[in-house]
Amino acid sequence: MTTAPAPAAVDKRGTQSPWRMYYRRNGRALNAFLTFMLVWGFFAFNNPTLFLIPGYYNAFLFSVPATIIMTTALVFVIVSGELDLAFPSVMGAAGGLFMTLVISGVPILPAAALTMLGGAALGAAIGAIVVYGKISSLVATLGLNFFIVGIVNLLAQGKNIESRESVATFGYAFFTGRWEVFGLQVPNHFLIAVAWTVLCYVLFKYHRFGIRVQMVGDNPDSARQMGINIDRIRVGVFVWSGLAAALCGVILVQTANMVWFPTSGKAYLLIALAALFVGGTPTWGGVGTIWGAFFGALTVTLIPSGAVGAGFAGFWTDFIFGLVIILTMVAHRFGGARVR
Amino acid sequence: MAADDLAPGAPIVELRNIVKRFGSVEALSGVSLTVRKGEVLGLLGDNGAGKSTLVKTLAGVHDPDEGEIIVKGRRVSPWTPLAARNAGIETVFQDRALAPQHSIVTNIFMGREITNALGLIRVQRQIDEANRLMREIGFTSKVFNPESTVGHLSGGERQGVAIARALYNNADVIVLDEPTTALSLTETQKVFRFVNAVKESGRTVVFIGHNIYHVWDIADRFFVIDRGRTAFEGEKAAFTGADHLIEMMHQLAETGRADTASLRRTA
Repeated sequence: MTTAPAPAAVDKRGTQSPWRMYYRRNGRALNAFLTFMLVWGFFAFNNPTLFLIPGYYNAFLFSVPATIIMTTALVFVIVSGELDLAFPSVMGAAGGLFMTLVISGVPILPAAALTMLGGAALGAAIGAIVVYGKISSLVATLGLNFFIVGIVNLLAQGKNIESRESVATFGYAFFTGRWEVFGLQVPNHFLIAVAWTVLCYVLFKYHRFGIRVQMVGDNPDSARQMGINIDRIRVGVFVWSGLAAALCGVILVQTANMVWFPTSGKAYLLIALAALFVGGTPTWGGVGTIWGAFFGALTVTLIPSGAVGAGFAGFWTDFIFGLVIILTMVAHRFGGARVR
Repeated sequence: MAADDLAPGAPIVELRNIVKRFGSVEALSGVSLTVRKGEVLGLLGDNGAGKSTLVKTLAGVHDPDEGEIIVKGRRVSPWTPLAARNAGIETVFQDRALAPQHSIVTNIFMGREITNALGLIRVQRQIDEANRLMREIGFTSKVFNPESTVGHLSGGERQGVAIARALYNNADVIVLDEPTTALSLTETQKVFRFVNAVKESGRTVVFIGHNIYHVWDIADRFFVIDRGRTAFEGEKAAFTGADHLIEMMHQLAETGRADTASLRRTA
C-alpha cells in the first residue's frame, strides 16, 4: 500500500485586526479616557450651560496638577509590585523644606530644584528601608508616613510658614502664571503636569528603567535570573515617587499663595491611589498605563466639583465617587485579565 | 564575546570545589566541573542530588559559599547572573524565566535591552532582531509576531522564546535546564536540532535532563552528580551504551557509589 505524501500543514487561524491589536495594547488607557468622558458627559448633561463655559474649568485646571504628577509617578511603584503610602508625608516635608529655603533667601527656582533633590533623597531612603530591610512596602511606608509627618510636625511646632512677599517674583510666576486661551485660564503648573506626564510616559514605555520596572513587577525571579538588579530598580521607583512628591509639595505651596501648612499633602493619599486605579493600572504589578493615570487624575478631580456643578447636593459626592471607582474597576476587566 | 582564541576541548568554564549551603542544608559539598569548548555536556543526577543548584550556580543565580569560578582562565567574582551573562554564559531556565504579561521582543531583550546613549529603547531594531532570531530557529507563525504577548503562547512556543533569548549575542556556552520537560515529541525534536546546530557553530552546550535516553542521544560527555558531590564523569566512548550509563546510575542510587572500573579508557 502506498500512501500519498501528506499535504503541508496549513495554519488557518486568522490574524487579528489592527484595531483589535491596538485595543489589546492600550485598552486600559482607553477605558480610563472613556470613563472621564462619561463622567464629564453625565455632569454636562445635567447642567449644559455651566459645563460649556470655558471659565468653569479654571479652578479645575488649578487644582488638578498635583494629582496628575503624583498619580503618574505612582504608576512606576505599583507596576514594580510595591506600594507607596508615604508620599503624602514627602509632599508635606518637601513643602516645608522649600519654604524654609525661600525665607532664608534662596530664590524660588533654585529652591524648587533643591527641594526636588531632597525629595528624591527621601524617596531613596524610604526605598532602601523597604528593599534592603526586606519589609513589606505596605507596612513600611504606612509607618514611615506617620514617622515623617511626625518629624515635620515636631520641626514646625505646628506653625505655618509664609512668604507672601515672594508672590511677586519670577519664580512664582514660573509655577503659577496663567495663559488665557478662549476664555480658559491655563496655569503654568498644569503645563508642567502635562510635561511631567509625557516624561513619565517616555520613561515608562521607552526607557530601560521603565521596561525593567515592568519586568520586575511581572516576574521578579525571571528579572533577577536575566541579570537585572531588582533591588536597584525597586529603590529607583521610590526615588521617582519622592521626586514627584517634592514637585507636588512645591506646587501646593505656590498655589496656596506661598503659605505652607504642616498638614500639606495629607489629603492626597486616597485621591492619588483612587486616580491610579480608576486610571487602569492593575494591583498585581507588571503592567500599567501613564496616560490612563493622567485621565484617572482628571476624573477623580472632576467628581467633587462636577457633582455640585451638575446640581447634586454636596453629600452626594462620596456616593458618586465610590460608584465611579467600582464601575471603572468592572470596566477594566474588559481591558484584560491577568495573563500568566 | 566569542571565544575564538580557545582551541576546541580547552576548558571554557571551570567550577572548582564549589560549596553551597542553604541554611543548614549543604546542597553542594565541593563539586568540581569543567566545561570544554565545543562539547555537549550532559549533566545527570537524581532529584535532590544538587543538579538544580549546580545549574543555578553555573548561571550566576547562586554565588557559591566556597570555591571559585574560572571563565576562560580568569577568575570571576562576585558571581552574579549579570557576571555570568557578560562572561558569555546564557541559560534557558527550567521555568523559562519569562515575563508573561509582555511581548516576545521585550522578553528576548530582558536585561539586555538595545538602547541609545540616553538609555532609550531602539524599538524597531529590537523588533527586527527578534524577527531574525525567530526565523533562525524556525520559530515562525502567522498567529503571533514579535509583539505578541508571551502569556498567550503554548509551552513549546515559550521555550522557543527562552532559547531565542539565549542565542542572541552569540554566547559561548548555552545551558539548557530540562529543556524537553513538558514538550511534545515534535517540539523535543526541534530542541535536539537546535542543540546540534549550536554545536556545529563551535559553541558549547550544557544539557540537563531527567530522561537519560534524551541526554545520551545528544551529549558527548556525561557528568553525574550525587548527594552534592561529583559521582563520576566520562566521555560517551567510555560507555558501552545508554544502558551502561543507566546501570551505573542505578548502582549509584542503591549503594552510593558506581563501578567506575567498568568504564572504557578513552584517549
